[in-house]
Amino acid sequence: MKQAIYCRNLVKVYPGKPPVEAVRGVDLEIEVGECFGVLGPNGAGKTTTIEILEGLLPATSGDVEVLGRTWRDAGSEIRQNIGVSLQETRLSERISVRETLTLFRSFYKQGLTVAECLEQVSLTEKKNSWVKKLSGGQKQRLAVATAIIGDPDLLFLDEPTTGLDPASRRELWDIIRSFRERGKTIMLTTHYMEEAERLCDRVAVFDRGKVIALGTPRELIASLGAEHVIEFSAANTRGDTQSIPAQQLPWLSDLPTVDHVDSLGDQIRLTVEQPHMVLTELMNRLAEQRLQMTSLTTRHASLEDVFVSLTGRQLSGTSDSEN
Amino acid sequence: MGKISQSSLAQLSLTRLREFYRQPEAVFWVYFFPLLMVVALGIAFRNKPVEIITVDAVSSPAAVALAEDLAGDPRIVFKQFGEYDCKERLRTGRSDLYLNRASGRVDYFFDPTRPGSVVARDTVDNLLQRAAGRVDPVISANQEMTETGGRYIDFLVPGLIGMGLMGGGLWGVGYAIVDMRIRKLLKRFLATPMRKTDFLMAVMASRLVFMIPEMILLVIFSHYAFGVEVHGSWWVIVFLVLLGALQFSGIGLLVASRAKTLESVSGLMNLTMLPMWTLSGIFFSYERFPEVMQPFIKLLPLTPLIDALRAVMLEGAGLMMLGSQILTMAVWGVVSFSLALYWFRWTD
Repeated sequence: MKQAIYCRNLVKVYPGKPPVEAVRGVDLEIEVGECFGVLGPNGAGKTTTIEILEGLLPATSGDVEVLGRTWRDAGSEIRQNIGVSLQETRLSERISVRETLTLFRSFYKQGLTVAECLEQVSLTEKKNSWVKKLSGGQKQRLAVATAIIGDPDLLFLDEPTTGLDPASRRELWDIIRSFRERGKTIMLTTHYMEEAERLCDRVAVFDRGKVIALGTPRELIASLGAEHVIEFSAANTRGDTQSIPAQQLPWLSDLPTVDHVDSLGDQIRLTVEQPHMVLTELMNRLAEQRLQMTSLTTRHASLEDVFVSLTGRQLSGTSDSEN
Repeated sequence: MGKISQSSLAQLSLTRLREFYRQPEAVFWVYFFPLLMVVALGIAFRNKPVEIITVDAVSSPAAVALAEDLAGDPRIVFKQFGEYDCKERLRTGRSDLYLNRASGRVDYFFDPTRPGSVVARDTVDNLLQRAAGRVDPVISANQEMTETGGRYIDFLVPGLIGMGLMGGGLWGVGYAIVDMRIRKLLKRFLATPMRKTDFLMAVMASRLVFMIPEMILLVIFSHYAFGVEVHGSWWVIVFLVLLGALQFSGIGLLVASRAKTLESVSGLMNLTMLPMWTLSGIFFSYERFPEVMQPFIKLLPLTPLIDALRAVMLEGAGLMMLGSQILTMAVWGVVSFSLALYWFRWTD
């Protein structure tokens, strides 16, 4: 078979005054058996792109093929072979879990039995509960269950874990992984870095309607040139709320193994290869200038850092995306 | 898996039914509100003959004699007041008529636009004339017609059934559709291989299932409570209720086919129902409206339904005599369903 998803030069413009260019020329090729993540801040065009691929929105221009077919020629065939979970669908509240799945199962020619599906999303015990009695995580698992009940070859999940607590999120990741282990293809959108890193074989980073980076999480992080991040802030005296900006510390980029220096609000972020070497030197230099370090964290570089280094903005942070 | 669990039409209909009966307040409004309405209107219009005529007179020695003249009619309640009070009571509707007897003549004060007032004036005048010695040259006798079938309640019940079918169809379908659109459930269904006609037909079918027992209940209740008879066949009534529910759920689908909010669908629904509430003859015959409006009134979907129900219940008409009404309703049902299918907005 060809790719699970192929799209070339995808453009979506919402009419209006002025018209909104939600997607501005996106190319994607997703292989069969891959778990593919679409990553980006709100408004980056993730949902618009996935809904075009799901056949729910018409594209303004560009070519789209899903499972080797186009929506125009083989829409109903594609429908039988994909599963979709939308962002924030509210299923009927006074209908039980089992009844909901029986309903969705009736739409497909073939698929799982309701019992198999309940088993796969660990909702067997809740099968007779009304939807309104389910927790957020259980509701989301049910939403995924309605997407896999037709035993699709390709599964679309639009922000499957947004708003869930960490435990529920992990349960969903397990469901997605076991689906992938059966050789199926998944395309999911998320704005959680960790999710993309843990689940996805490849990731496309979206920003302002375009793909700004594409590759495995490891490749993308490696593209930073260094694998560790040091974030710190410094001030003239301890307790001083005024932090020193990076521009006043021009020597930062000369520290050993430093690859990148970024400012993020009060914080200065260094992307480095050897954190232990940088830290000793950093402490010494600050002490020479009689500056106090007011905060310090070090960690492995993540996709978050990739986004920051590509755009100069934080992906999920509050610093400038919500201003 | 059985056949039922594999049929989307059956599953979609079942889901709608479950959503309905698992919501006790919705059941209450659908099943008891029309009954309450019949009870209230039935009581209000049950015994028209014992209507009371309230007559006042401006106090004077001559007015005392009036009391004796009027005592012959049990319907009349006679009281005396000062002239100012008499006028106030008439103006505020507490009396139907007041009279002032002075120097050998009687002046009647009444509101000619109020039917009760006009009746009071004529009744009182007759009594006074006869008491004063008038002899009627024509001998007359009254034969009272209060047989079942000719009373107001008999006229009213078919109208209420029609109104119930209209309200139930439009609100039940329209509200549910817009609610599902807001919840993005329609969009979720669009993302499955579900057939769109299955969905729309299920919404209509589940409506029919609610409506039949409701309307049958209404007819049975008005039979036992007020003696309303069905002169024609019950099967024809059931058929008409079905057809009525079908056309109004089709119209409900059409009204809700593009609305994005509950407010806008409510407005559209009221706009759709307003002409039928006023013109289609729920509470009084539409023949009172001018001749030029009659063809238009007969084309409204509610008019043929009520006309047909009345013909069956009051006159015992059979299906054969209701061709034009049935055709009008069928056309409304088919056209509105097809337009709804064409116009329907699945995404938000």
